[in-house]
Amino acid sequence: MIESILAGLSGLGAGFVYLATQGLPNVIMMLVGGALLYLAIKKDVEPLLLVPIGFGCLLVNIPLGDLMEQGGILRSFYDIGIITELFPLLIFVGIGAMTDFAPLLENPKILLLGAAGQFGIFLTLLLALALGFSQLESVCIGIIGACDGPTAIYVTTQYAPHLLGAVSVAAYSYMSLVPIIQPPIMRLLTTQREKTIRMAMVQGTISKTTKILFPILVTLVTGLIAPKGLPLMGMIMLGNFLKESGVVTRLTSASENEIANVVTLFLGLAIGGTMEGHAFLKMQTLAIFGLGLVAICLDTVAGVLFGKLMCFLSGGKINPLIGAAGISAYPMAARVVQHQGHLYDKKNYLLMHAMGANTGGQIGSVMAAAIMLSVLKGMGLV
Amino acid sequence: MDKWVFGISMTVVGMGGTLLTLWILSLFTVILKKAFPPVEESPSAGKSEGGRAK
Repeated sequence: MIESILAGLSGLGAGFVYLATQGLPNVIMMLVGGALLYLAIKKDVEPLLLVPIGFGCLLVNIPLGDLMEQGGILRSFYDIGIITELFPLLIFVGIGAMTDFAPLLENPKILLLGAAGQFGIFLTLLLALALGFSQLESVCIGIIGACDGPTAIYVTTQYAPHLLGAVSVAAYSYMSLVPIIQPPIMRLLTTQREKTIRMAMVQGTISKTTKILFPILVTLVTGLIAPKGLPLMGMIMLGNFLKESGVVTRLTSASENEIANVVTLFLGLAIGGTMEGHAFLKMQTLAIFGLGLVAICLDTVAGVLFGKLMCFLSGGKINPLIGAAGISAYPMAARVVQHQGHLYDKKNYLLMHAMGANTGGQIGSVMAAAIMLSVLKGMGLV
Repeated sequence: MDKWVFGISMTVVGMGGTLLTLWILSLFTVILKKAFPPVEESPSAGKSEGGRAK
Protein backbone atom coordinates (compact mmCIF):
# COMPACT_ATOMS: atom_id res chain seq x y z
CA MET A 1 0.00 0.00 0.00
CA ILE A 2 2.72 2.38 1.04
CA GLU A 3 4.73 1.43 -2.02
CA SER A 4 1.87 2.18 -4.35
CA ILE A 5 1.31 5.57 -2.72
CA LEU A 6 5.00 6.33 -3.03
CA ALA A 7 4.99 5.18 -6.65
CA GLY A 8 2.07 7.46 -7.36
CA LEU A 9 3.77 10.36 -5.66
CA SER A 10 6.89 9.84 -7.74
CA GLY A 11 4.85 10.80 -10.78
CA LEU A 12 4.26 14.21 -9.22
CA GLY A 13 7.11 16.59 -9.06
CA ALA A 14 9.13 14.60 -11.58
CA GLY A 15 9.45 17.82 -13.53
CA PHE A 16 11.26 19.51 -10.64
CA VAL A 17 13.63 16.56 -10.37
CA TYR A 18 14.35 16.74 -14.10
CA LEU A 19 15.00 20.48 -13.95
CA ALA A 20 17.30 20.06 -10.99
CA THR A 21 19.34 17.25 -12.51
CA GLN A 22 19.55 17.99 -16.21
CA GLY A 23 17.18 20.82 -16.99
CA LEU A 24 19.46 23.87 -17.09
CA PRO A 25 18.97 24.34 -20.87
CA ASN A 26 15.22 24.14 -20.29
CA VAL A 27 15.36 26.80 -17.59
CA ILE A 28 17.35 29.07 -19.85
CA MET A 29 14.86 28.58 -22.68
CA MET A 30 11.96 29.32 -20.34
CA LEU A 31 13.67 32.62 -19.62
CA VAL A 32 14.10 33.15 -23.37
CA GLY A 33 10.40 32.45 -23.85
CA GLY A 34 9.64 34.96 -21.11
CA ALA A 35 11.89 37.49 -22.82
CA LEU A 36 10.04 37.03 -26.12
CA LEU A 37 6.75 37.58 -24.32
CA TYR A 38 8.14 40.71 -22.66
CA LEU A 39 9.34 42.09 -25.99
CA ALA A 40 5.99 41.36 -27.58
CA ILE A 41 3.80 42.79 -24.82
CA LYS A 42 5.84 45.63 -23.34
CA LYS A 43 7.81 46.70 -26.38
CA ASP A 44 5.28 45.82 -29.08
CA VAL A 45 7.85 43.76 -31.02
CA GLU A 46 5.88 41.67 -33.54
CA PRO A 47 3.36 40.56 -30.90
CA LEU A 48 1.26 38.50 -33.31
CA LEU A 49 4.12 36.06 -33.73
CA LEU A 50 6.25 36.47 -30.65
CA VAL A 51 3.39 35.86 -28.20
CA PRO A 52 2.56 32.36 -29.49
CA ILE A 53 6.25 31.60 -30.13
CA GLY A 54 7.18 32.72 -26.62
CA PHE A 55 4.37 30.76 -25.02
CA GLY A 56 5.14 27.69 -27.12
CA CYS A 57 8.75 27.97 -26.01
CA LEU A 58 7.62 28.04 -22.37
CA LEU A 59 5.36 25.02 -22.86
CA VAL A 60 7.92 22.82 -24.60
CA ASN A 61 10.58 23.50 -21.98
CA ILE A 62 8.46 22.37 -19.06
CA PRO A 63 9.89 18.87 -18.66
CA LEU A 64 8.06 15.62 -19.29
CA GLY A 65 5.02 17.35 -20.76
CA ASP A 66 5.65 15.53 -24.06
CA LEU A 67 3.99 18.31 -26.05
CA MET A 68 6.45 17.79 -28.91
CA GLU A 69 6.34 14.00 -28.77
CA GLN A 70 4.15 12.04 -31.14
CA GLY A 71 0.56 12.85 -30.30
CA GLY A 72 1.41 15.99 -28.35
CA ILE A 73 -0.51 19.15 -29.19
CA LEU A 74 2.50 21.16 -30.37
CA ARG A 75 3.67 18.18 -32.40
CA SER A 76 0.26 18.00 -34.02
CA PHE A 77 0.45 21.68 -35.04
CA TYR A 78 3.97 21.07 -36.32
CA ASP A 79 3.06 17.98 -38.35
CA ILE A 80 -0.16 19.42 -39.76
CA GLY A 81 1.05 22.89 -40.64
CA ILE A 82 4.84 23.11 -40.70
CA ILE A 83 5.96 19.81 -42.22
CA THR A 84 3.31 20.17 -44.90
CA GLU A 85 4.23 23.87 -45.46
CA LEU A 86 0.52 24.64 -45.11
CA PHE A 87 0.80 27.38 -42.46
CA PRO A 88 3.33 29.68 -44.16
CA LEU A 89 1.47 29.37 -47.45
CA LEU A 90 -1.90 30.23 -45.89
CA ILE A 91 -0.34 33.26 -44.21
CA PHE A 92 0.95 34.33 -47.59
CA VAL A 93 -2.59 34.41 -48.95
CA GLY A 94 -3.44 36.87 -46.19
CA ILE A 95 -0.32 38.94 -46.86
CA GLY A 96 -1.21 39.17 -50.54
CA ALA A 97 -4.72 40.28 -49.62
CA MET A 98 -3.29 43.05 -47.45
CA THR A 99 -0.80 44.30 -50.06
CA ASP A 100 -1.46 47.18 -52.42
CA PHE A 101 0.80 47.07 -55.48
CA ALA A 102 -0.51 50.37 -56.91
CA PRO A 103 2.54 52.47 -55.88
CA LEU A 104 4.76 49.88 -57.52
CA LEU A 105 2.65 49.81 -60.67
CA GLU A 106 2.94 53.61 -60.92
CA ASN A 107 6.72 53.27 -61.31
CA PRO A 108 7.59 49.69 -62.32
CA LYS A 109 11.35 50.26 -62.48
CA ILE A 110 11.27 50.43 -58.68
CA LEU A 111 10.96 46.64 -58.86
CA LEU A 112 14.74 46.64 -59.36
CA LEU A 113 15.14 48.06 -55.85
CA GLY A 114 13.15 45.07 -54.64
CA ALA A 115 15.74 42.86 -56.30
CA ALA A 116 18.74 44.79 -54.97
CA GLY A 117 17.38 44.52 -51.44
CA GLN A 118 17.89 40.74 -51.55
CA PHE A 119 21.65 40.92 -51.97
CA GLY A 120 22.14 40.34 -48.27
CA ILE A 121 20.65 36.86 -48.64
CA PHE A 122 23.44 35.70 -50.89
CA LEU A 123 26.32 37.40 -49.09
CA THR A 124 25.08 35.91 -45.83
CA LEU A 125 24.91 32.52 -47.50
CA LEU A 126 28.62 32.86 -48.33
CA LEU A 127 29.40 33.93 -44.76
CA ALA A 128 27.49 30.96 -43.37
CA LEU A 129 29.48 28.63 -45.62
CA ALA A 130 32.68 30.25 -44.37
CA LEU A 131 31.59 29.60 -40.77
CA GLY A 132 31.20 25.90 -41.49
CA PHE A 133 27.47 25.52 -42.03
CA SER A 134 26.44 23.01 -44.67
CA GLN A 135 25.18 24.12 -48.07
CA LEU A 136 21.51 23.64 -47.24
CA GLU A 137 21.91 25.19 -43.80
CA SER A 138 23.59 28.21 -45.38
CA VAL A 139 20.67 28.67 -47.77
CA CYS A 140 18.25 28.62 -44.83
CA ILE A 141 20.36 31.09 -42.85
CA GLY A 142 20.76 33.39 -45.84
CA ILE A 143 17.00 33.48 -46.31
CA ILE A 144 16.69 35.41 -43.05
CA GLY A 145 17.80 38.31 -45.24
CA ALA A 146 14.54 37.97 -47.14
CA CYS A 147 12.94 39.69 -44.10
CA ASP A 148 9.96 37.45 -44.68
CA GLY A 149 8.83 35.04 -41.98
CA PRO A 150 6.72 32.66 -44.08
CA THR A 151 9.43 32.42 -46.74
CA ALA A 152 12.08 31.67 -44.12
CA ILE A 153 9.84 29.02 -42.54
CA TYR A 154 8.97 27.50 -45.92
CA VAL A 155 12.61 27.11 -46.98
CA THR A 156 13.98 26.07 -43.59
CA THR A 157 11.31 23.42 -42.99
CA GLN A 158 12.29 21.70 -46.20
CA TYR A 159 16.06 21.89 -46.03
CA ALA A 160 17.16 22.43 -42.42
CA PRO A 161 14.22 21.76 -40.07
CA HIS A 162 16.58 21.53 -37.09
CA LEU A 163 17.28 25.26 -37.57
CA LEU A 164 13.60 26.25 -37.81
CA GLY A 165 13.33 27.74 -34.33
CA ALA A 166 16.47 29.86 -34.61
CA VAL A 167 15.79 31.03 -38.18
CA SER A 168 12.15 31.93 -37.47
CA VAL A 169 12.87 33.84 -34.28
CA ALA A 170 15.77 35.64 -35.98
CA ALA A 171 13.65 36.52 -39.03
CA TYR A 172 10.71 37.90 -37.07
CA SER A 173 12.84 39.66 -34.45
CA TYR A 174 15.02 41.45 -36.97
CA MET A 175 12.01 42.43 -39.09
CA SER A 176 10.65 44.30 -36.11
CA LEU A 177 14.06 45.89 -35.48
CA VAL A 178 14.22 47.40 -38.98
CA PRO A 179 13.46 50.91 -37.62
CA ILE A 180 16.61 50.60 -35.49
CA ILE A 181 18.89 48.76 -37.91
CA GLN A 182 18.28 50.71 -41.11
CA PRO A 183 18.50 54.45 -40.28
CA PRO A 184 22.23 54.60 -39.41
CA ILE A 185 23.09 52.76 -42.62
CA MET A 186 20.84 55.02 -44.67
CA ARG A 187 22.37 58.17 -43.18
CA LEU A 188 25.91 56.88 -43.66
CA LEU A 189 25.51 55.98 -47.31
CA THR A 190 23.68 59.05 -48.62
CA THR A 191 24.79 62.66 -49.00
CA GLN A 192 22.82 65.58 -47.67
CA ARG A 193 21.72 66.47 -51.18
CA GLU A 194 20.57 62.94 -51.92
CA LYS A 195 18.55 62.75 -48.71
CA THR A 196 16.53 65.80 -49.74
CA ILE A 197 15.69 64.76 -53.31
CA ARG A 198 11.98 65.17 -53.85
CA MET A 199 10.36 62.66 -56.15
CA ALA A 200 7.43 63.39 -58.45
CA MET A 201 4.06 62.76 -56.86
CA VAL A 202 2.40 59.41 -57.48
CA GLN A 203 -0.40 60.11 -59.96
CA GLY A 204 -2.90 57.33 -59.27
CA THR A 205 -3.16 56.32 -62.91
CA ILE A 206 -3.48 52.56 -62.71
CA SER A 207 -6.56 50.96 -64.20
CA LYS A 208 -8.49 48.30 -62.37
CA THR A 209 -7.73 45.87 -65.20
CA THR A 210 -4.01 46.36 -64.67
CA LYS A 211 -4.35 45.72 -60.95
CA ILE A 212 -6.30 42.53 -61.64
CA LEU A 213 -3.92 41.22 -64.29
CA PHE A 214 -0.72 42.05 -62.37
CA PRO A 215 -0.90 39.14 -59.89
CA ILE A 216 -1.63 36.74 -62.75
CA LEU A 217 1.30 38.13 -64.71
CA VAL A 218 3.66 37.79 -61.76
CA THR A 219 2.51 34.23 -61.05
CA LEU A 220 3.00 33.15 -64.66
CA VAL A 221 6.38 34.79 -65.22
CA THR A 222 7.94 33.82 -61.90
CA GLY A 223 6.40 30.34 -61.93
CA LEU A 224 7.87 29.61 -65.34
CA ILE A 225 11.32 30.92 -64.37
CA ALA A 226 11.52 29.30 -60.93
CA PRO A 227 8.87 26.61 -60.56
CA LYS A 228 10.01 25.46 -57.12
CA GLY A 229 8.90 28.80 -55.72
CA LEU A 230 5.43 28.64 -57.26
CA PRO A 231 3.66 27.68 -54.00
CA LEU A 232 5.05 30.82 -52.35
CA MET A 233 4.49 33.26 -55.19
CA GLY A 234 1.19 31.66 -56.17
CA MET A 235 -0.29 32.06 -52.71
CA ILE A 236 0.73 35.68 -52.22
CA MET A 237 -0.58 36.54 -55.68
CA LEU A 238 -3.78 34.61 -55.02
CA GLY A 239 -4.41 36.78 -51.99
CA ASN A 240 -3.76 39.92 -54.01
CA PHE A 241 -5.96 38.69 -56.86
CA LEU A 242 -8.82 38.04 -54.46
CA LYS A 243 -8.51 41.61 -53.21
CA GLU A 244 -8.18 43.29 -56.60
CA SER A 245 -10.97 41.29 -58.25
CA GLY A 246 -13.38 43.07 -55.91
CA VAL A 247 -15.99 40.31 -56.20
CA VAL A 248 -14.99 38.06 -53.33
CA THR A 249 -14.77 40.43 -50.41
CA ARG A 250 -15.78 37.65 -47.99
CA LEU A 251 -12.84 35.51 -49.11
CA THR A 252 -10.51 38.49 -49.00
CA SER A 253 -11.67 39.42 -45.54
CA ALA A 254 -11.35 35.83 -44.33
CA SER A 255 -7.84 35.56 -45.79
CA GLU A 256 -6.52 38.68 -44.13
CA ASN A 257 -8.39 38.20 -40.86
CA GLU A 258 -9.69 34.85 -39.67
CA ILE A 259 -7.40 32.58 -41.67
CA ALA A 260 -4.28 34.67 -41.11
CA ASN A 261 -5.00 35.07 -37.39
CA VAL A 262 -5.76 31.42 -36.67
CA VAL A 263 -2.83 30.16 -38.70
CA THR A 264 -0.50 32.70 -37.09
CA LEU A 265 -1.48 31.38 -33.67
CA PHE A 266 -0.84 27.73 -34.55
CA LEU A 267 2.32 28.56 -36.52
CA GLY A 268 3.79 30.51 -33.62
CA LEU A 269 3.03 27.71 -31.15
CA ALA A 270 4.57 25.12 -33.46
CA ILE A 271 7.74 27.20 -33.91
CA GLY A 272 7.93 27.74 -30.17
CA GLY A 273 7.66 23.99 -29.83
CA THR A 274 10.94 23.55 -31.69
CA MET A 275 12.79 25.65 -29.15
CA GLU A 276 13.45 22.92 -26.59
CA GLY A 277 16.55 23.77 -24.57
CA HIS A 278 18.79 20.83 -25.40
CA ALA A 279 18.12 21.21 -29.14
CA PHE A 280 18.12 25.00 -29.33
CA LEU A 281 20.99 26.13 -27.11
CA LYS A 282 23.98 25.61 -29.31
CA MET A 283 26.72 27.87 -30.60
CA GLN A 284 25.19 27.63 -34.04
CA THR A 285 22.04 29.34 -32.74
CA LEU A 286 24.11 32.36 -31.71
CA ALA A 287 25.85 32.28 -35.07
CA ILE A 288 22.48 32.23 -36.82
CA PHE A 289 21.32 35.28 -34.89
CA GLY A 290 24.53 37.08 -35.78
CA LEU A 291 24.31 36.16 -39.43
CA GLY A 292 20.65 37.22 -39.56
CA LEU A 293 21.60 40.70 -38.39
CA VAL A 294 24.36 40.82 -40.99
CA ALA A 295 21.86 39.80 -43.69
CA ILE A 296 19.49 42.66 -42.92
CA CYS A 297 22.33 45.18 -42.78
CA LEU A 298 23.69 44.01 -46.12
CA ASP A 299 20.20 44.16 -47.65
CA THR A 300 19.96 47.81 -46.60
CA VAL A 301 23.44 48.62 -47.89
CA ALA A 302 22.74 47.02 -51.26
CA GLY A 303 19.33 48.65 -51.55
CA VAL A 304 20.63 52.15 -50.81
CA LEU A 305 23.65 51.73 -53.09
CA PHE A 306 21.38 50.57 -55.91
CA GLY A 307 19.17 53.54 -55.15
CA LYS A 308 22.19 55.80 -55.61
CA LEU A 309 22.87 54.16 -58.97
CA MET A 310 19.27 54.70 -60.05
CA CYS A 311 19.53 58.28 -58.83
CA PHE A 312 22.58 58.82 -61.01
CA LEU A 313 21.06 57.12 -64.07
CA SER A 314 17.79 59.03 -63.72
CA GLY A 315 19.54 62.37 -63.47
CA GLY A 316 18.72 62.86 -59.81
CA LYS A 317 15.01 62.05 -59.95
CA ILE A 318 15.15 59.09 -57.55
CA ASN A 319 15.91 59.54 -53.85
CA PRO A 320 18.39 56.78 -52.88
CA LEU A 321 16.76 56.48 -49.45
CA ILE A 322 13.89 54.51 -50.99
CA GLY A 323 16.39 51.75 -51.77
CA ALA A 324 16.28 50.81 -48.10
CA ALA A 325 12.62 49.91 -48.54
CA GLY A 326 13.49 47.23 -51.09
CA ILE A 327 13.19 44.56 -48.43
CA SER A 328 10.14 42.58 -47.48
CA ALA A 329 9.47 44.16 -44.09
CA TYR A 330 6.17 45.67 -45.25
CA PRO A 331 5.13 48.37 -44.49
CA MET A 332 7.67 49.08 -41.79
CA ALA A 333 10.62 49.72 -44.11
CA ALA A 334 8.57 52.20 -46.15
CA ARG A 335 7.70 54.13 -42.99
CA VAL A 336 11.37 54.21 -42.00
CA VAL A 337 12.23 55.78 -45.37
CA GLN A 338 9.44 58.34 -45.03
CA HIS A 339 10.65 59.25 -41.54
CA GLN A 340 14.28 59.56 -42.59
CA GLY A 341 13.40 61.70 -45.60
CA HIS A 342 11.18 63.88 -43.42
CA LEU A 343 14.02 64.47 -40.95
CA TYR A 344 16.01 66.31 -43.61
CA ASP A 345 13.16 67.96 -45.50
CA LYS A 346 9.82 68.41 -43.79
CA LYS A 347 8.08 68.78 -47.13
CA ASN A 348 9.51 65.61 -48.66
CA TYR A 349 6.90 62.87 -48.97
CA LEU A 350 8.61 59.65 -49.93
CA LEU A 351 6.07 57.25 -48.45
CA MET A 352 4.25 56.16 -51.61
CA HIS A 353 7.51 55.69 -53.52
CA ALA A 354 8.92 53.74 -50.59
CA MET A 355 5.75 51.64 -50.51
CA GLY A 356 6.38 50.80 -54.14
CA ALA A 357 9.92 49.68 -53.33
CA ASN A 358 8.63 47.79 -50.29
CA THR A 359 6.07 45.80 -52.27
CA GLY A 360 8.76 45.23 -54.88
CA GLY A 361 10.84 43.84 -52.04
CA GLN A 362 8.06 41.41 -51.21
CA ILE A 363 8.11 40.10 -54.74
CA GLY A 364 11.91 40.18 -54.78
CA SER A 365 12.28 38.19 -51.56
CA VAL A 366 9.92 35.47 -52.70
CA MET A 367 11.63 35.41 -56.10
CA ALA A 368 15.07 35.10 -54.50
CA ALA A 369 13.84 32.15 -52.45
CA ALA A 370 12.15 30.61 -55.49
CA ILE A 371 15.33 30.88 -57.53
CA MET A 372 17.44 29.39 -54.74
CA LEU A 373 15.06 26.45 -54.44
CA SER A 374 15.07 25.89 -58.18
CA VAL A 375 18.87 26.18 -58.37
CA LEU A 376 19.22 23.63 -55.56
CA LYS A 377 17.01 21.30 -57.56
CA GLY A 378 19.02 21.97 -60.70
CA MET A 379 22.29 21.24 -58.88
CA GLY A 380 20.85 17.94 -57.70
CA LEU A 381 21.27 18.84 -54.04
CA VAL A 382 17.59 18.26 -53.25
CA MET B 1 30.39 19.99 -54.80
CA ASP B 2 32.96 22.34 -53.27
CA LYS B 3 31.24 24.77 -50.91
CA TRP B 4 32.72 27.87 -52.55
CA VAL B 5 31.72 26.70 -56.01
CA PHE B 6 28.24 26.19 -54.60
CA GLY B 7 28.18 29.55 -52.84
CA ILE B 8 29.42 31.62 -55.72
CA SER B 9 27.19 29.80 -58.22
CA MET B 10 24.19 30.35 -55.98
CA THR B 11 25.08 34.04 -55.56
CA VAL B 12 25.61 34.68 -59.26
CA VAL B 13 22.58 32.72 -60.44
CA GLY B 14 20.42 33.75 -57.50
CA MET B 15 21.13 37.46 -57.51
CA GLY B 16 21.35 37.64 -61.29
CA GLY B 17 18.17 35.65 -61.68
CA THR B 18 16.30 37.83 -59.19
CA LEU B 19 17.42 41.04 -60.89
CA LEU B 20 16.65 39.68 -64.34
CA THR B 21 13.22 38.34 -63.36
CA LEU B 22 12.16 41.58 -61.73
CA TRP B 23 13.45 43.55 -64.69
CA ILE B 24 11.35 41.35 -66.99
CA LEU B 25 8.37 41.88 -64.70
CA SER B 26 8.88 45.64 -64.82
CA LEU B 27 8.88 45.52 -68.64
CA PHE B 28 5.71 43.44 -68.71
CA THR B 29 4.12 45.84 -66.23
CA VAL B 30 4.86 48.80 -68.49
CA ILE B 31 3.25 46.90 -71.37
CA LEU B 32 0.26 46.08 -69.18
CA LYS B 33 -0.20 49.72 -68.21
CA LYS B 34 -0.02 50.81 -71.85
CA ALA B 35 -2.45 48.07 -72.93
CA PHE B 36 -4.97 48.90 -70.23
CA PRO B 37 -4.83 52.62 -69.50
CA PRO B 38 -7.21 53.99 -66.87
CA VAL B 39 -10.57 55.00 -68.28
CA GLU B 40 -13.45 56.92 -66.77
CA GLU B 41 -15.42 54.09 -65.17
CA SER B 42 -19.14 54.70 -64.62
CA PRO B 43 -20.29 53.69 -61.19
CA SER B 44 -21.70 50.19 -61.55
CA ALA B 45 -24.61 48.69 -59.62
CA GLY B 46 -23.45 46.68 -56.64
CA LYS B 47 -22.21 43.31 -57.78
CA SER B 48 -23.42 40.27 -55.95
CA GLU B 49 -20.85 37.80 -54.65
CA GLY B 50 -22.91 34.74 -55.51
CA GLY B 51 -24.57 32.37 -53.10
CA ARG B 52 -22.84 30.69 -50.21
CA ALA B 53 -20.78 27.70 -51.36
CA LYS B 54 -22.53 24.40 -50.63
